[in-house]
Amino acid sequence: MTLLFLFAAVLTIAGAVAALSLRNLIHCALAAVGAFVGLALLFVELGAQFVGLAQILVNVGAVAILILIAILLTRGGEMPGRPVIPSSRNSGLGVAMLVGGSLIATILGSRRLPDAAATVSDPSSAAAVRNIGERLMTEYVLPLEVIGLLLTAALIGAVLIAKAERGTADNSQ
Amino acid sequence: MTPLHSYLLLSALLFAVGLAGVLTRRNAIVVLIGLELMLNAANLNFLAFWRYGPDPEALTGVMFVIFAIGIAAAEAAVGLALILAIYRHRRTANLDEIETMKG
Repeated sequence: MTLLFLFAAVLTIAGAVAALSLRNLIHCALAAVGAFVGLALLFVELGAQFVGLAQILVNVGAVAILILIAILLTRGGEMPGRPVIPSSRNSGLGVAMLVGGSLIATILGSRRLPDAAATVSDPSSAAAVRNIGERLMTEYVLPLEVIGLLLTAALIGAVLIAKAERGTADNSQ
Repeated sequence: MTPLHSYLLLSALLFAVGLAGVLTRRNAIVVLIGLELMLNAANLNFLAFWRYGPDPEALTGVMFVIFAIGIAAAEAAVGLALILAIYRHRRTANLDEIETMKG
């Protein structure tokens, strides 16, 4: 249990809990950024450096910024008067604890998990960007093209959905 | 060397925290943040099994996670566009007040 893993794990869980329990929405988004950075550290420690970099570029650099812009556009900066988690939602917390508990019980009770310390090699050279690029262009070229299509469709769809229609209050003409 | 089950436990915990956020918070954007955290927990799980699995040279886990990160970003963009469109009509991002399909 290395120090880097502990630090990244604490950062991730603390960021996640803060992101989902703070009152001010902008603080929630910034705590989510902390959780994403902790996850990127974990990805790097697992040997997938490119994925860690992509996590920061995409999730912190794009998704978190988008969330902040959406918070500002929907006037989320104002503090809610009522409690953040109403008591009627306590069953949701119970369900989440049930799911988490069953997952953790399954992991701890499993006898088939490999003995990681003895058998793992060091694949840090395997996940080099060159190899990822070669795989993307040979084995995974179909998913690559499909995800390009999907991102284009998502871009066009998001722009169309968020566009101001004629006749609504936001159309200043 | 961090054992495999530490990563799996962390991923399960992060998933549970994200699920708690999705099920309890009222603001639609915070629900989306919880959803992103759940996706990232699954990505962590994939990478842990890739690393400690039988064939790390095949890069299967890394490929899946790269595509999953891309898809999660696209879904976050479309979801936020939907929230903006709903806010334009209903003047609220509170899920308790966006109950009817009318209007």
